[in-house]
Amino acid sequence: MPESIEKNMSNETLITGKKAENAIKESLFLFTLYICVTIAILTLMTLIYDVLSTGTTRLTSDYEVGLITKIQIDNPIDFLTTLDSRYPDRAGIGPAFAGTVWLMIIVVSVTFPFGTGAAIYLQEFAPKNKITRFIELNLTNLAGVPSVIYGLLGLAVFVRLAGFGRSVLSGGLTLTLLILPVVIVASREALKAVPDTIRQGALALGATKFQAVFRQVVPSAIPGMVTGMVLGLSRAIGETAPLIFMGALTYVNYFPDTPLSGFTAIPIQVYNWIGYPQAEWKETASAGIILLLGLLLIMNSLAIFIRNRYEKDL
Amino acid sequence: METKETVQVNSESVFNVTDLSVSYGDFVAIKNVNMDITKNKITAFIGPSGCGKSTLIRSFNRMNDLILGAKVNGTITYQGVDLYDKMVDPVQVRRRIGMVFQKPNPFPKTIKENITFGLKVNNMTDNMDDRVEKALTQAALWDEVKDDLDKNALELSGGQQQRLCIARTIAVEPDTILMDEPCSALDPVATKKIEDLMQELVKEFSILIVTHNMQQASRSSDYCAFFTTKTSDDGKRRTGELVEFNETSVMFTTPDKELTEQYISGRFG
Repeated sequence: MPESIEKNMSNETLITGKKAENAIKESLFLFTLYICVTIAILTLMTLIYDVLSTGTTRLTSDYEVGLITKIQIDNPIDFLTTLDSRYPDRAGIGPAFAGTVWLMIIVVSVTFPFGTGAAIYLQEFAPKNKITRFIELNLTNLAGVPSVIYGLLGLAVFVRLAGFGRSVLSGGLTLTLLILPVVIVASREALKAVPDTIRQGALALGATKFQAVFRQVVPSAIPGMVTGMVLGLSRAIGETAPLIFMGALTYVNYFPDTPLSGFTAIPIQVYNWIGYPQAEWKETASAGIILLLGLLLIMNSLAIFIRNRYEKDL
Repeated sequence: METKETVQVNSESVFNVTDLSVSYGDFVAIKNVNMDITKNKITAFIGPSGCGKSTLIRSFNRMNDLILGAKVNGTITYQGVDLYDKMVDPVQVRRRIGMVFQKPNPFPKTIKENITFGLKVNNMTDNMDDRVEKALTQAALWDEVKDDLDKNALELSGGQQQRLCIARTIAVEPDTILMDEPCSALDPVATKKIEDLMQELVKEFSILIVTHNMQQASRSSDYCAFFTTKTSDDGKRRTGELVEFNETSVMFTTPDKELTEQYISGRFG
């Protein structure tokens, strides 16, 4: 339509009268987005406020509530180091905290080599055929399997078949299985983000495939891989279901000293405390939640820090 | 199609290409290439986009091996050795025949490490500092970076990055350098520097360069190959072919083929 083309070229079309209408549409849309964000943040804030207001009494020195107040636990450090107790105001999270640290050490030392190794193989070396695609598809699926299933697997394989018993080693290996797919997928993404020109540049200098991958590609991808690892780990320390399923203990009054010791972890301890009827346990449980939230915050900040620190180098 | 029964091995030539065709799966990118590349000269590949110049230059150091489904037919001999013989190690080929890419691709490491990487993988770890200095000097970059060898290479300008890539290529002492549009991402000043550099380097190396820039081909190359695309009869496939290969001075003044004349004078392509 030549007429309309001509018309469109004239200055009159600059003034459409639709400006106000568009502005309303846009602000409505923006408003909806704000609502979504607000709901998400409010929920989180309520949760954090509830936990903090209940739990901090347990972490500060002027704690005077409770039926039995013979022994005062005066500061957060005591809470972290003392044993569990029958009395809410004396109960510390020591063994559970130690159990979680044990789990983290085991999970990192097993997941890092296996996760990055699998990712490097799949991304850089594996032939692109049906078997590889099948493995890739299954990895993505495994990342979405409910964690309880991993608990069952851990019970069958590590506790019974391998004979590790209901130990911290079995727990760590179970959590490793749980986060391995996530770590592999994240590491592969990090490797994928390394530009192909780096690989070609290395190969064009007479490097072997192996040298190009391990001296240029992997070092460039390490920040992304470590970020994925930390995020996987922070998921692992929050998990309760698989550990309960594989038979972690709920009342532990000793510090696990070998990988084959029985253990409990922070989320299990919290779950256990919340189950008691007395109101004071709620405060103790909240203090445990604060500790867990603090750990998660530290780890996620670490992941963000690593990402920002090294990202611009690529 | 005529087949060459015997390849004339000219002692002056570094590559002899016979009936070469490269295909990706079913798609034939370039075919029927026959040419001898002369030693210690600059040979330019020109032609419109998609005519297979880059594909061709990548088959000289077996970089096409890295592309899934790429297949090379015909032969390329390098100093009399068939590059695609089963016994030939592509890693050794690439060490002897270096390559500079279209976009500067320094490693995200220090300037020095960019050079020493190639030296290390080739076990040339003796006198590394001297080798680094020599390579950077040859690439006309030493004076600009000698005080910042530990600076991240990505902080250099585009032109400096490309000269660094040339430096790391010549550091491993190849005898041929392949350049795939090395100046296409650079401004005219940086381009001029690379062209001057090529004139210095050609005393020691044989250089093959793919370029889209007619002026660059005419002022800096000794030989020039013009490629174009031929569309198949059903109009579905476009395959690159060598149209004319000659001394640059001849090609740019009295080309044999009309197509060449049209292209270099800017009336086609």
